[in-house]
Amino acid sequence: MENPLAFAVKDCALITIATGRKAINLAELRENLKVVSGDSIYHHFWGGLLTPRFEEREFNNDFAGWVRHSLREPELAERLAAIDPGQSHDIETIRQDILEVIDDRLDERESSRWMPAGREFEFLHGQLVVFDTRRRLEEPADLAEQTPKMSTSSIFYHFIDARRRVEDNSDDLSFWLRSFGTKHQELSAQLTAIDPFFSSLSQIRQELSQLFVAYFKEGGRA
Amino acid sequence: MSHLLEAYAAIAGSDVVDHLRQLAESLHGAKVVHVNSTRVGGGVAEILEKLVPLTNELGLDTSWEVISGGEAFYQCTKAMHNGLQGNRVHIPARLLAAYEEANEANAEIMREKLTEADFVFIHDPQPAALLEHMPKRGGKWVWRCHIDASHPYRPVWNYLRRKVANYDASIFSLPAFAQLLPHSQYIIPPSIDPLSDKNIDLPPEEMESVFATFGLDPHRPLLVQVSRFDRFKDPVGVIQAYRLARKYIPDLQLVLAGGEASDDPEGEATLAEVREEAGNDLDIHILLLPPDAHRVINALQRAADIVLQKSTREGFGLTVTEAMWKSKPVIGGDTGGIRLQVINYHTGFLVHTPEGAALRIRYLLHQKERMQEMGMKGKEYVRENFLLTRHLREYLTLMLGMRHGAKYRIVLS
Repeated sequence: MENPLAFAVKDCALITIATGRKAINLAELRENLKVVSGDSIYHHFWGGLLTPRFEEREFNNDFAGWVRHSLREPELAERLAAIDPGQSHDIETIRQDILEVIDDRLDERESSRWMPAGREFEFLHGQLVVFDTRRRLEEPADLAEQTPKMSTSSIFYHFIDARRRVEDNSDDLSFWLRSFGTKHQELSAQLTAIDPFFSSLSQIRQELSQLFVAYFKEGGRA
Repeated sequence: MSHLLEAYAAIAGSDVVDHLRQLAESLHGAKVVHVNSTRVGGGVAEILEKLVPLTNELGLDTSWEVISGGEAFYQCTKAMHNGLQGNRVHIPARLLAAYEEANEANAEIMREKLTEADFVFIHDPQPAALLEHMPKRGGKWVWRCHIDASHPYRPVWNYLRRKVANYDASIFSLPAFAQLLPHSQYIIPPSIDPLSDKNIDLPPEEMESVFATFGLDPHRPLLVQVSRFDRFKDPVGVIQAYRLARKYIPDLQLVLAGGEASDDPEGEATLAEVREEAGNDLDIHILLLPPDAHRVINALQRAADIVLQKSTREGFGLTVTEAMWKSKPVIGGDTGGIRLQVINYHTGFLVHTPEGAALRIRYLLHQKERMQEMGMKGKEYVRENFLLTRHLREYLTLMLGMRHGAKYRIVLS
């Protein structure tokens, strides 16, 4: 009989879909940003972790990269790159943050509005298919051994995508640890402190693995 | 695990194959049919050659059908191909009629199979009109466009759009290629098969024999471009780049290796232009290879110091992927899918002119360590992103997505 407290390791696969919306200047980017789905904005922040692209990215959201390389607006690109989706998990707040940064730039330099970009910005969104790997973690100490064996897409699902699903915007692992009461409170706090925004999924997996090994080696600090 | 899946696990990683098997579980027994226009020659046939058996290994009932037609049909579809790539081509009514007739005739032959299928993938314009002859179809129909359709010639696209608008979804290789259509447009870059004759490791004696067969000197630097003799691949520009670089590197050799796919009637004219540009330079080797010369192409890519793909329009550029898989730096045209693969100073260089290509040829041949480093980086980049296993994963994801509707997150039970 399955242990109801066990952690079900899930995995996922992402497919990218074009929205049909494109922008050739800042004005068009702004207009589209007002109306595209939250899923599209989310995809341009996090989707890159699961889609084919060169890992050594200069900017960690697509808007900043396009503004820098196609609009050639380095100041605006830096300000857009500073928007941290980890600070607010409400996509509408992130949408407003982006629009404000763009509006500030347009207040500074109206001519930025119509300058044509070298290439169009294509608004995309994703579709995530989630499946059960049938692997189960019976107790938190299993995390030390099992995390390195998790696929990068599994890491995405439990550590990134979870922030849109779990009530307090944390991740699946922290949520599971909290089901053991205060026993692993410190580990849960350390998990929350990991900033996934600047890492590839394999780096996040490594960081998580190291954290779990160190924590459970010291007896779980229970 | 089957032999085929095991072989892929050895190259792509067992976790990658496990992932495929888990995804495929929910599609077990689904009937899938791919339709294209040629069994051999061209990137589409090469992808399907392994994608189909591999999908079968994963428990889906997958088959591959080929549409056929007369000369007028192929002239029409070649013109459509060029038109989608932006060439201002006029397609006479008699060719369009031949296109419609060929699709109607092929629909009759394939009717039972296509009507019963759960998923039908129609590749490129050639079989796109099959759908209108299948009013009783039961499954999902997906139009897969492998062409750089970012700036199509509007009259051609308007005609084709009427054929593809009624599909349930379409697939483009890059977001820039997507068009305004009334259904979901999935983005799936193509891939290479690491186990095919074109990409598998070769024994040293086979490499040596290629040098001997084509009169190449293994001790002198070699540039190779592998692609059909098509103006969009700019083979003339490659010869010009070679000439400019040769002023500084006099022992340079160039191979332009192409073959003609059975649906490419324009190849002859381009080949004549290339021969004229090459003149009587004995270090320019123009090779017209048969469609099954995969191991020869493999050996030529491996023999190269630098691989070029100086296209001015490109769907994705699988020859770039193949070269990177063989740890070669690539000098590619700044267009289409080449942009997704060639990253300046990391996996090669993007160029716009023969002058630009010549400059990068000189740079790389003077920076041998850099060349090696770029080659290794390119291979890992391909392993992560452009192998057949990733491609198959996205097809499976798409099928699951289409089965479960338009939600962002689909949780399989």
